[in-house]
Formats: sequence, structure tokens, C-alpha cells
Amino acid sequence: MSQATLRVQKISGHAGSVPGEDTQREYTVCKLIDTTTCIGCKACEVACMEWNDLPFGETVFDNTYQTMPETRWNYWNLILFNEHEREDGSLMWLMRKNQCMHCAEPGCLAACPADGAIVQYTNGIVDFQQANCIGCGYCITGCPFDIPKMNPKTHRVFKCTLCTDRVSEGLEPACIKSCPTGCLHFGSKDDMLDLAGKRAKQLRDHSNFPKAGVYDPPGVGGTGVVYVLHDATNPELYGGLPKNPHVPLSVKLWKGPLKWLGNVAMIGGLVGLFVHYLRYGPKAREEEDLAAKPGGGKS
Amino acid sequence: MSPSEQSIPHGHVLRYNLRERLTHWVAAAAYIYLLSTGLAFWSPWLFWLAAALGGAQVSRMLHPWAGLLFFASVWNMYVMWARQMKYTDDDRKWWKAVKYYSTNQDDKMPPAGRYNAGQKFLFWGFFWSSLLLLLSGIIMWSPQYFAWHSLIAMRISVLIHASAALFTMGLFMIHLYMGLFAERGAFGSVIRGDVSIAFAKRYHPAWYKEIVGESSSPRK
Repeated sequence: MSQATLRVQKISGHAGSVPGEDTQREYTVCKLIDTTTCIGCKACEVACMEWNDLPFGETVFDNTYQTMPETRWNYWNLILFNEHEREDGSLMWLMRKNQCMHCAEPGCLAACPADGAIVQYTNGIVDFQQANCIGCGYCITGCPFDIPKMNPKTHRVFKCTLCTDRVSEGLEPACIKSCPTGCLHFGSKDDMLDLAGKRAKQLRDHSNFPKAGVYDPPGVGGTGVVYVLHDATNPELYGGLPKNPHVPLSVKLWKGPLKWLGNVAMIGGLVGLFVHYLRYGPKAREEEDLAAKPGGGKS
Repeated sequence: MSPSEQSIPHGHVLRYNLRERLTHWVAAAAYIYLLSTGLAFWSPWLFWLAAALGGAQVSRMLHPWAGLLFFASVWNMYVMWARQMKYTDDDRKWWKAVKYYSTNQDDKMPPAGRYNAGQKFLFWGFFWSSLLLLLSGIIMWSPQYFAWHSLIAMRISVLIHASAALFTMGLFMIHLYMGLFAERGAFGSVIRGDVSIAFAKRYHPAWYKEIVGESSSPRK
């Protein structure tokens, strides 16, 4: 939901300038998720549903601790569980809180054809405006994290808002507030990256995780949600977190070269046909045929 | 297609029977709606088209249904015309001489049958594009309803849908140009069904010969 104190710097399917672009001196907000201190309690899942007033759907038990296989239109925040055997034979239980990553260059927004259905605020939050959503599902194809989900009844797409309503009032998102271990942090992107970097270094230097690192993928311009991972070289272990996410090639092709080619062809075609008509005119005139006929059967 | 089913004015011959004309206009109405709503989703600069047609949500809702109607009419055309649209050696000759056709030197063209090679290209172009548009469109229609929905299939479908639609727009523009502006009499023929004998002889001499028959005395 849009908030008056949040200004918009990017708009989906929008012709012309964007009202909030370069109008605000605001820091980019960021959520830090330290997977190494997550205990998988799911307090964040409950807090998300509570705060956002989402109707509860059925959980799916598949012999894991996971609430359901993937996020839903009404379940924006889901902890993914993975049992991972390390090279030395020891077992690790990896838990990752999965939700919208709030990309700096959002693929959903690039793919969306509906004016104002997806916006990015100057603080970096990517938000869906369901009133403007037309239900085409293009955002689903644009997301490298498979996050947007469609409500089958209303044909509108939903996802985590990073609690824009709370953030615009100076509060932290509901999930952050609920976390009992303090593995979730919220603040400016710079502060979060700093904190994450320190934590990763600590893991490398003192906790025998030489590959620990920060997940802030550059392929999508960086994300508004960053992770600390025990093994940053292998993010797929954490419930399929993509190693190098980027806006899908299909969306880039379609919004880039294909669009240009199409527009040039359309306008060129119209102009070309018009000029052709000016130059050559009609092939023949039917009136002349009719006029010529009584004159004794023109062949 | 017996000429007796409607009265043809003197000096005219029937070119399109009622079924052909009706099918054409169902396809035309559906296509124009699909084009307008599709263009609205193609470019933000044309999004107003969707607003003019009752809002973007309504456009998104009706676009697939109009697509089904369009495909049904294209399929009907296939049933009616597929045999007449077969490529022949004459068509190859026609393409070789197409520069005379496009510069209005129709007397230099090899004689065309009921459909010239360009019209056959239009037909097959629309036929295969419609098939692609149908398949990709169904995949994009209601992803939330299908358990088999896959992101890859949807991503490819979006590309195919846009590319095929662009291709049909090229065909459509030329079709409109030929029918409305270049070949005077063509537009009337798809409304009233008949063309003048002069039209038939000029653009489709082989077809004219075929319907009048070799035996009939040629006009001198």
C-alpha cells in the first residue's frame, strides 16, 4: 500500500517521468538476515501474517519443518529448511528466511506492463499496488527469486512489502521485531552491509567457516535484503538461493531489442506504406472500370 | 459456392460467399480488439488504449477470450481455404516478379489464381502465428490454475507471444493497405461478396478463367 511519506522513484509500465525520482535525500533501507543465528522458530512467519492481516492458508507437511513448499500470495515470509552434509561428514541444518529481496533493479517492475502496479520507493522498497495490477503474471516471469504469487480469485499479485506502512512511520518490519535470536536486523543499506561484513569476518576468523560471506547479488543491482551465509560460495544450499541472480534474459530481450525492433518496424511500416501510396497510389480505380465497360467491353 | 445464393450485379462475379465474409469479419473484430489491448500491454505509451477499452483489468480479462474467438475464425479459414492456399510454381514466379506488383505494373505479373502468392503468404503467416499465439497465450493465461505451470515456459511464451504478434501486425498493415487503398474493389468484395469482372481479370486472371470456364467466349 502506498504511503504519503514514501516517494516513488521507479514505476512499472509508466510513460514519462517519475514524480519522486531524485526528489528526496533518503538512505536505502535494508534487511539483514544472518542465517548462522537463525533457529527456524518461524516467529517471523507469524508476525508477517499478523501484521499484514493475511488470511491463513493450509500448511503442507512434507516431512520437513517447513510450513509449506514455497511462498504464497498470502504467505510472504517462509523459512526454508535444508539438511546439508558437509565434506567432513558432519550435518548442518540450514535455515533461510525467504521473502522478496527488494532488488535495486527489480525484474518484476521491468516486466510489468500495468502503469503503477509496481513501484520502487526512494528508500529502495519494491511494492505492488494491487489496485493497478491487471493480473497478467508478467512480474512472475521477471523475478529471479520466484517470489510474486497470484491470488487465483482476484487475479492480483502479492508479495512482501517490507512493511512499507511500518517503515514509513519509522518502525522496523514486523518480522524483524519478532525475531528472538536477533538474526534479523534492519537499517540503512550501508549499516547492514557493514554489520554483515563484520559478522562474516567473525565466522571466517573464529568459527571455522572459511567460506562465510555476505549475499548481496550485483546481478540485480544489489538487494534490499542481504544474507550472511556460512558458505557464500554455495548459496543454492540455502533453499535454492540463486548464485548469480539477474533479470531473466527473456525479459531483457523483450523489453530491450525486441521492443526497439518492434517499435521501429511498426512506425517504419506505417510511414513506408503511406509514402508508397503517395508515390504509386492505387493499383487501378474501380470507377474507371465501370466507366469503361459500356464503351464496348474493355478487356 | 453457387452464385445463385445472392444477386450479383451485372458485370460482377462472386468472390467471397457469406461464410467467407462472416468469418473474415469475426476475425477482423477479434483481431482489432486483440491488437488494441495487446498494444496497451506492449508499451506504456499505448496503455491508454486499455483505458479506452474499459480499463486494463477488463482488457486483460477479455484478451484471451478474444484470442480464442480469433483462433476459431482462423481455423475456419483454414478449413475453407487451406487447399486454395497451396503453393504452386506460379507462386514462385509471382514472388520473382513481386517488384512489378509493388510498383503497380500488374500487367507484368504472372497470372494469379483465386489467391496470389502474397495473399497465400498472408494466410499462412496468420495461420502459423495464430497457432503460436494460441499456445503461448494459453500458457500465459492463468498460471495460477495450472499445477504444471513453469516459469521457463512462461518466460518463453511471453517472448513468442510478442514476436508472433509483431509479425501478424506487419501482415495486418499490408493487408489493410492492399484491401483498403491499393486494390480498389477489394474492400467491397469482402462486404458485398462480388468484384467487377475487370477486377477479377486484372488481379486474378487464372481464377477468372477458372470460374468462367475456357469454353465461354472471351470478351473482346
